Amino acid sequence: MMGSQPERFKSKFRGILDIPREERFVSGHRLCAGCPVGTVMRMLTKVAGKDSIIVNGTGCLEVSSTPYPYTSWMNPWIHVAFENTGAVASGVEAALKVLKAKGVLGKDVKVVAVAGDGGTFDIGLQSLSGMLERGHKVMYVLYDNEAYMNTGIQRSGATPWGAWTTTTPVGKKWKGEWRWKKDIMGIVLAHRVPYAATASPSHPMDMIRKFEKALYYTREGPTFVHVLIPCTTGWRFDPALSIKVARLAVETGIWVLYEVEKGKFRVTHKVRKRKPVREYLKLQGRFRHLTDDDIEYIQKIVDEEVDRINKMAGEEVIGPVEA
Amino acid sequence: MASGGSGWRTLPPGGIIVEPGSSLRYKTGTWRVMRPIINQDKCVRCRMCWVYCPDAAIIETDEEYVDSKGRRWNRTYKVNYDYCKGCGICAEECPVNAIEMVPEVK
Repeated sequence: MMGSQPERFKSKFRGILDIPREERFVSGHRLCAGCPVGTVMRMLTKVAGKDSIIVNGTGCLEVSSTPYPYTSWMNPWIHVAFENTGAVASGVEAALKVLKAKGVLGKDVKVVAVAGDGGTFDIGLQSLSGMLERGHKVMYVLYDNEAYMNTGIQRSGATPWGAWTTTTPVGKKWKGEWRWKKDIMGIVLAHRVPYAATASPSHPMDMIRKFEKALYYTREGPTFVHVLIPCTTGWRFDPALSIKVARLAVETGIWVLYEVEKGKFRVTHKVRKRKPVREYLKLQGRFRHLTDDDIEYIQKIVDEEVDRINKMAGEEVIGPVEA
Repeated sequence: MASGGSGWRTLPPGGIIVEPGSSLRYKTGTWRVMRPIINQDKCVRCRMCWVYCPDAAIIETDEEYVDSKGRRWNRTYKVNYDYCKGCGICAEECPVNAIEMVPEVK
């Protein structure tokens, strides 16, 4: 990595009262009631501020925040297609660089790319990889609701094992998705990015600090934040429970909140005693068909994953399942 | 920007939207089935409902409020019923159960 500045990152968000009051992702969007993408984008735009350009790939967020002639964004915002969020963000960043070199643009303008799991795990993977490889100074936010929810709940590379979707139905032969979620963080980290992290809307301060840090590290190269978004429509649960489901994902160890800062792995939210995965699964209709054996199997896989995380952290950051 | 004429001729080139935050003119409050009511006496001003609300429908003001126990608060939270979709996240996440969901009655 280039740059050898001894300057260290210092968060200006110490407590919840430090979040600015001004809304930059305003009301009136048509996201489903209870969709936490709204929460995440509000916080993201509050951190990014007015001097940032949002590049939004096709997905739930794009269609519901900008039905013509309305827009919920207060920032400059561009949308092109499913597969080229990374490419468009690269182009915007390159254009800004030229404008700055020519002296037309006098200030720092950040580029934030936002795309869903379909536009990142599957369709947009090549343009994301290209963006990361070329080292464009872009912050990429992946909001992951674990299927193509916008077009009617089709499976994506992010759909976890056992989940029902319309293309992995539950019948005599098939019992929902039979493949595991793609390790997108592993793919991103293989590009040696300066900063990558996972976040959850249930832990807003943790999420905000990660957005801030990711924006800070765009001075060195591309950064990546992977946010889990429980989908009330596709996961089949009561809209009021969105944040609770996200919190349970963290508490059961299915979703580990960590960051990789210049190659240094750190778990940002430690879980002393894990809850059994059953508590997370039983809230969601998409896992309703799972038998006790299936749940045991998921628990076993999560245990293995937690072991791997603990080994990477060098200490027990995620504790054992509570009795 | 839009020039003279009618129909599609009034649209800006490329169909871009030139007014930021124009969705404020679209009121999503009509979607609501359950209405959140904040009990100002119970509220401890922790800001969590304001943070979690996906629709930015909780408004934070600097209004002073003195509750029944004589405690003075310098912030007040209110629901913007023009945009609240009634999802109930605020009521679910409120640590002191100060928000109640009541059915909309017309």
